[in-house]
Amino acid sequence: MTALTVLTGHYLRASFGNKFSLVFSALQPFLYLVLFGPLFDRSGVGSWAVLVPGLLVQLGLTSAGMAGFGIVFDQRFGVLERLRVTPVSRVTLLLGRVLRDCVVLLIQAVAINVAAYALGLRAPLAGVLAALLLTTVLSVGMASLSYTAALTLRQELFAPVMSTLVVPLMLLSGALLPMSLAPAWLDVVSRLTPFRYAVEGLRALFAGSYASSALVWGVVVSLAFAVLGVTLGTSRFQRENA
Amino acid sequence: MIHARGLTKTFGPVEAVRGIDLDVSAGEIVGFLGPNGAGKTTTLRMLTTLLRPTSGTATVAGADLFADPAAVRRRIGYVAQGGAFAPFSPVGQELVLQARLYGLSKEQARERVTTLLAELDLPGVEERTTVTMSGGQKRRLDIAMGLLHRPELLFLDEPTTGLDPQSRANLWDHVRRLRERDGLTVFLTTHYLEEADALCDRVLIIDNGRIVAQGAPDELKSEHGARTLDDVFLAVTGRELREGAAA
Repeated sequence: MTALTVLTGHYLRASFGNKFSLVFSALQPFLYLVLFGPLFDRSGVGSWAVLVPGLLVQLGLTSAGMAGFGIVFDQRFGVLERLRVTPVSRVTLLLGRVLRDCVVLLIQAVAINVAAYALGLRAPLAGVLAALLLTTVLSVGMASLSYTAALTLRQELFAPVMSTLVVPLMLLSGALLPMSLAPAWLDVVSRLTPFRYAVEGLRALFAGSYASSALVWGVVVSLAFAVLGVTLGTSRFQRENA
Repeated sequence: MIHARGLTKTFGPVEAVRGIDLDVSAGEIVGFLGPNGAGKTTTLRMLTTLLRPTSGTATVAGADLFADPAAVRRRIGYVAQGGAFAPFSPVGQELVLQARLYGLSKEQARERVTTLLAELDLPGVEERTTVTMSGGQKRRLDIAMGLLHRPELLFLDEPTTGLDPQSRANLWDHVRRLRERDGLTVFLTTHYLEEADALCDRVLIIDNGRIVAQGAPDELKSEHGARTLDDVFLAVTGRELREGAAA
């Protein structure tokens, strides 16, 4: 536990030392909020309370999903190896980073919600807070998988592969336009991605429907995704260790 | 301090290490020599828990490498060939982090870092990054990183490669001092054989994943009727170039 707080604290200090990257990794959802949100709100498809949950998932993809980029450098400069030779458990080495990513993402998510409120979002506070929690669960999985990818792919491939992957994952989640508008085939493909369920669960929370099946599925899939991510990430940190 | 029997490591079809027996006593400085691709770094990475051996047994610093790697990690220091610092982070922060991961409190960690940096002729560099440091300073910084938790055994992978003669001599003085004062056991690799001759109590020469010669430098020289350790090295490993082989 101590090692985990020490690591998380260290990484947080490093992140807050680099304000540019804090803003940059939230820039895409923020641009969608400001430049696309007003159109969406007047399109008749849905209100801000439908769009903002989608933007939270997009934030998860652009912020936590790209987290692995940091470890590419740590690997190249021997920092990762130096950490692996300490007695700290491998899951802690992963979670120290993932917790940092969650804190960063939460701050960004709050900022997006505040800006959305200023633009016209109206949603129950309890639902929004629960949505932040669910977004965090989802980003545990995303950050972990991002580190797994970063330690698996050749280092020069990580950035292009991940930034390309983010686009179809976001579109298929229905983050920008609800999948209820989709033709059957697209709806089916969308259901094969975890983010679809997360978006719908978050929308249920923003709508205040706390007993809906969409929310149950959103929670179940996000939790399963987080467990899968941490398991794969830990085994990747463990690999080749004695 | 190190007892290994029949250590092997295969990567797919490649047998990098083909059955190594090693014994290193407490307080010894042992040089691990060999041409590029001979298996030096692979062996070092196995002994430091960073790579799982394909077969064999080993006790490192009193703990079983396979049964209790965490205990091995607590008792050894490892200074990798490529260093341990990212160029964009103040070195003091990284050192304090590392010390705390070995269980030191924040105050203990800071104090240990200050003391150790002063001992290694790097006083007050905490706020700097490695970008502004010389090769010799960076290497001493890497060694400080490996010594934070007062290990009994220190592994150094090519610690002097690329350093000028002054920095090399200075680094060896530090290694000798650590052995004299703290009884530190040192296991190091190097390509500078005149240094191995001057510094090491004993050297092991590895080639093609096997140990091909071992003993005190003087013993080896008289055994092979050689004037220098370089001559011994070439006699036991041959003159063929090892191009294309990884370190």
